[in-house]
Amino acid sequence: MTQSFAPGADPATPPPAATSSGMHGFLRGLSGKLVIIVPYLWLLVFFLVPFLIVAKISLSETATAMPPYQPTFDGLTGFLSKLSSFSFDNYLWLTEDALYFKAYVSSVVIAAISTVLTLLVGYPMAYGMARAPTTIRPTLVMLVILPFWTSFLIRVYAWIGILKPEGLLNQFLLWTGVIDTPLVILNTHTAIFIGIVYSYLPFMVLPLYAALEKMDHSLVEAAQDLGCTPTGAFWKVTFPLSRPGVIAGCMLVFIPAVGEFVIPDLLGGSQTLMIGRTLWNEFFSNRDWPVASAVAVILLLLLVIPIMIFQQAQAKTQEQGR
Amino acid sequence: MNGGGWSRFNIASVTAGFAFLYLPIVLLIIYSFNASRLVTVWAGFSTQWYVTLWHNQALLDAAWVTLRVGLVSATAATVLGTMAALALTRYTRFRGRLLFSGMVFAPLVMPEVITGLSLLLLFVALGVDRGMMTVTLAHITFSMCFVAVVVQSRLLTFDRSLEEAAMDLGATPVKTFFAITLPVIAPAIISGWMLAFTLSLDDLVIASFTSGPGATTLPMKIYSQVRLGVTPEINAICTILIAIVATGVLIASVVNKRREVQRRRDEQAAQRT
Repeated sequence: MTQSFAPGADPATPPPAATSSGMHGFLRGLSGKLVIIVPYLWLLVFFLVPFLIVAKISLSETATAMPPYQPTFDGLTGFLSKLSSFSFDNYLWLTEDALYFKAYVSSVVIAAISTVLTLLVGYPMAYGMARAPTTIRPTLVMLVILPFWTSFLIRVYAWIGILKPEGLLNQFLLWTGVIDTPLVILNTHTAIFIGIVYSYLPFMVLPLYAALEKMDHSLVEAAQDLGCTPTGAFWKVTFPLSRPGVIAGCMLVFIPAVGEFVIPDLLGGSQTLMIGRTLWNEFFSNRDWPVASAVAVILLLLLVIPIMIFQQAQAKTQEQGR
Repeated sequence: MNGGGWSRFNIASVTAGFAFLYLPIVLLIIYSFNASRLVTVWAGFSTQWYVTLWHNQALLDAAWVTLRVGLVSATAATVLGTMAALALTRYTRFRGRLLFSGMVFAPLVMPEVITGLSLLLLFVALGVDRGMMTVTLAHITFSMCFVAVVVQSRLLTFDRSLEEAAMDLGATPVKTFFAITLPVIAPAIISGWMLAFTLSLDDLVIASFTSGPGATTLPMKIYSQVRLGVTPEINAICTILIAIVATGVLIASVVNKRREVQRRRDEQAAQRT
């Protein structure tokens, strides 16, 4: 592994062509290296380094200057000498105020419930799509992807008009006589669940569909021939075979939902505690950057395990595709 | 139960799912043509809100900023994302590959508040003035990962013997890439670009963190108005945005389909000879 970026390390690379001169080899090496180095550097600078800065600022003290924090250390030289003077005050602050703990817990709970609900709505849909005649399947997939192209903000906004006390859903239910008094849905957790299920449904349906479509249906028939009930066959054959899709779909919904800001802010009302919103308020309203950074660090730590599960699932499907 | 066919239950669940997905959008579009200022009371057909929009200078400015950021960031993200996809599929072993693939996949699920905050702190640390430039850089960073995933999935099913044949016939790697690889993965690159463009058009959270005075994007503008309440004007902007995106997607799918038909015809012709 000494030739870290050398494309020669790729076993699949065909042997150099007979006409290839030294110049070709050089160009080949260069283009191969650039393909790796350029996006690598970009992601290091704009993705990894920013996280380190967040971690650093979360350990610094709040100040009223602009930027509103006291740098804890500058450069590598100051690093060792200042190591002892790191301030964990911001983290202590988070543990002292019950608000933050409650926000974390309620974010995870809301995201988990929403993920289960999305799975319950998405699974029959994906299953139905996978069983559909092959000729219309591409159209159905297209129809699932299409809402994803329209703005997230717009799709959440559309629900305000529907869920309001004098909104379209209540008008409809009052008109049909199902209810006598308007339901209060907007600014409750129910509205958040609806918003998350609605916005993230395509993320759940697509991996599920991909897993279910590959499945050989004769396995289910075999199970039923051998005396399995349809429900038994589902739980013994279909569901286990679709598990990669279930895992990928659930992670794709759960992880962003924990840190969701727009949905709780627009549909959840002012009393909803979710950590994405707490971070936003800490940053934009209280202008407390170090505390906002500490909130972000803990949120990230909370999501490390689900993100790793997602990566693993992603890597596995990639291996299968190879 | 009929084991093989499309059962009634299947049809019902698919139909219900699509109704759930599309009904809110359809209602929003319908109510953008409402004559009444009250959004939920229908008072007849009118296009007056579209006329009002046309005279709202702040909104038009925001739309223009969003469009420019979207075009630049989508293009840069497509180049970087395609490179990342090539790196991930073609070079199975290089130092730090694990970190690299982690950095490509993590932004797909990273909560936007974290990405936004961290990028803002980077720009502050570097002493860069916040504005259109910083929003563009932020959008490139998160949308290139989506492009990488889209292009990568196409590259995984790519028949590499075509490339080998070209190189055996004396083409340089660079020439092989532009003559063989690029045309084959072009549909994936185009849909990657469109995805990056809509992600940029759509983004509220990351733009709010990384933008500065004079660089208000359309979602930021819409958001500040939505907080004040639902108005027919917002329904009208949303309808226009939906129409633009729907047209784009429709054109792309028609082009793709034609290309597919052409490809099949070519293959059949090749087999006959």
